[in-house]
Amino acid sequence: MALLDIQGLSLSINGALILQDVSLAIEPGETLGLVGESGSGKSMTALSVMRLLPRGAQTNGSIRFDGQDLAALPEPDMCRIRGRRVGMIFQEPMTALNPLKTVGDQVAEGFVLHLRLTRAEAARRAQAVLERVGLPATEISLGRYPHELSGGQRQRVVIAMAVALAPPLLIADEPTTALDVTTQAQILKLLRELIRENGSSLLLITHDLSVVNAMADRVAIMRAGEIVEQGRGGGLSGAITHPYAKALLNASSLPPRVTSAAAPTSRPILEVKNLVRAYALPRRSLFRAAPRRLAVDNVSFTVAKGESLGLVGESGCGKSTTARAILALEAVQGGSIAFAGQDTSKLRGAEMAAFRRRVQMVFQDPYGSFDPRHKAGRIVGEPLRLLGRECDPQSARRRVDEALTEVGLDPADADKYPHEFSGGQRQRLAIARALITRPDLIVLDEPVSALDVSVRAQVLKLLTELQKRLGLTYLFISHDLAVVRAITDRVLVMRAGKVVEAGPTPKVLGAPEHPYTRELVAASLHLDAILSERTAASLPDAAGC
Amino acid sequence: MSVSFGASRTADGWQFRALRHPSFLAGAVLTALVMTIAAVSLHWTPWDPTAIDIPAKFQPPSTAHWFGTDQFGRDVLAMIMRGAVTSIAVSIFAVGLGAGVGVPLGLLAAQQRGFADQAIMRASDFVFAFPALLIAIMLREVFGPGATNAVVAIGIFNIPVFARVAYGAALPLWTRDFVLAARVAGKGLVRITVEHILPNMVSLVIVQATIQLSLGILAEAALSYVGLGVQPPAPSWGRMLNEAQTLMGLAPRLALIPGFAIIVTVLGLNLLGDGLRDIFDPRLARER
Repeated sequence: MALLDIQGLSLSINGALILQDVSLAIEPGETLGLVGESGSGKSMTALSVMRLLPRGAQTNGSIRFDGQDLAALPEPDMCRIRGRRVGMIFQEPMTALNPLKTVGDQVAEGFVLHLRLTRAEAARRAQAVLERVGLPATEISLGRYPHELSGGQRQRVVIAMAVALAPPLLIADEPTTALDVTTQAQILKLLRELIRENGSSLLLITHDLSVVNAMADRVAIMRAGEIVEQGRGGGLSGAITHPYAKALLNASSLPPRVTSAAAPTSRPILEVKNLVRAYALPRRSLFRAAPRRLAVDNVSFTVAKGESLGLVGESGCGKSTTARAILALEAVQGGSIAFAGQDTSKLRGAEMAAFRRRVQMVFQDPYGSFDPRHKAGRIVGEPLRLLGRECDPQSARRRVDEALTEVGLDPADADKYPHEFSGGQRQRLAIARALITRPDLIVLDEPVSALDVSVRAQVLKLLTELQKRLGLTYLFISHDLAVVRAITDRVLVMRAGKVVEAGPTPKVLGAPEHPYTRELVAASLHLDAILSERTAASLPDAAGC
Repeated sequence: MSVSFGASRTADGWQFRALRHPSFLAGAVLTALVMTIAAVSLHWTPWDPTAIDIPAKFQPPSTAHWFGTDQFGRDVLAMIMRGAVTSIAVSIFAVGLGAGVGVPLGLLAAQQRGFADQAIMRASDFVFAFPALLIAIMLREVFGPGATNAVVAIGIFNIPVFARVAYGAALPLWTRDFVLAARVAGKGLVRITVEHILPNMVSLVIVQATIQLSLGILAEAALSYVGLGVQPPAPSWGRMLNEAQTLMGLAPRLALIPGFAIIVTVLGLNLLGDGLRDIFDPRLARER
């Protein structure tokens, strides 16, 4: 008998249909991967099982867990099931942990609540669980607070809370999306070991096909609140006959960049020499100068005209700080940045405007980079002010229309507000804004990491086309090696503010020399590699990707 | 959570939420009522609110005098109506002064950071330490009592409140990507403040303004009560309370009626402020 059996589950929230006829079953000890793009209803399916839906939610259908109908269970009984019988791991460990309680207390909570253990006994058991998830007392004491831990350590604490009572079913909702690649690999390995040890089943919710491929015995694919395909076994390959599933798979394996638009010897458009960016930390003593943290430590590189340079590294390594320094948005404490032969720190007034006109930026979160109170036309046309008198209102309107058309949007979209666009359209809008002054260099800070895989592939294709057509130069910042491989000619690998390795992308990512680059490359889950390993016979065309 | 709620955007509009918000509606009705009475009193009152008629003193409520007359035979209803003008005018001008000076200062501090930030906010802390009453006493020593002094005293008291609200709301906006994008588009700090920061925080200022209006009405009443506000014979709710305190045993309604007028006005403005806060912040509305 299946451990969890969902039959014909429908869910509407305030009248809007969210889930439609969802049927899923998880056998004891099995890992089911639930895959889909954002808004497809994956998280809502999990929350329906836990009965933690927002107000105004109405469900239909049956959810049977271990023979019990969860939908009919009174709330006090449901409380006994949550945590004790079904554990949940959340995406964002910082918000899933209570910032005012120590990690020891939070892990021990389950023992006190469900097993009625004494505080001392619960603390002892919590220590053992934390040790099991890789946080030994020598490293992390029970008295530490969540903000004192790193992202990976926090996620380990969240996992410890979920597995503390060895529940038969674990639900993990995007457990590694907020983590760096190297940490992601460690966390997935830990999860796999834990479910094997406890014999638990795992419902793994993710949008990342490589994660699901590495973890799941069986895969179900969701789209717009419905399960479009459910495999019988054999991981992802068991579930790729539906056109949507195939499209998702194709979009996930990005082809590497083939040709370089720039001749390697062409004159550099951007020269960064010994760049240093330091932040003052809080003072420790009244009589001593405040300590400093070097976010960017002696970084040098050049970007040739027409080239696409990748800047790779984990969060906090100084990538974005470097980008902001190049755009002259932040003061630097050492070194120089020269754009087209001019030192950017000396630019004032009209020269600064000329520089801004030639260097534009695309941000990671397109929605956050638009003023929510402005319409798309005004947002896209904003940089036109840099052109001064060259651009009268009529030609401004024409240029906005052109820019929108260029990125595949409709000129009529200019009258919409940012929230009326989808995620991919918003990033197109951001690209249109960056293109409107006809810049030479565009700095792209994680431009596709907030997007779904299918949209990501479209945006990368658009960027490649635009570069070819308009002769643009890209400085492309990303933590995702697959994306970097697909769009850059050369790559710099950054770690703790320093460049540890640089060179042509195929060479650096294909045969890394520095140990850190090797670690990065090894940690990034190669969809193609895993696929070819698992399904060499059934998927001949994926091997070439 | 990776699910977008399917509710349509138009039904989410603030006008829509306003019409379904009970405390906003109640507040709006009460405030509109008081405003209307004040406006009517400028053109018509049942009797002249300043006309003294000693033989008609202490008359109980009747068809001629709905709320009766006071110790000088003045019509209480007429005084309440004209008193509303005083209360509202003093309060509106005081809030205007506070917001007009405080909001730009708060925005400037958030925009400049560093020394300007410290100087402005510490100065505002310093002003904050003086209660309106103390400011009013100091002003009277210099300029003598009057409505203008009440406005200035309450207004000065309001400046740091608005400076804090504007500063607190503007700071997180400055870290947002759209501000960075505006800088990439070549906008200067002042232009970013005017075009991006101010419109995104103006709702908070409006909410704070309704709350300060109600506090202003209380403060005006308090200042008039101690003789630092509007001077006789101009009617004021605070002074009506003051004059009634020795007559409590004789005619308690003389204290109760202006007290009730203050309660209704302050309650209406507070409900309106609460409602506006919910309406401007859809997240709060959804959690209710």
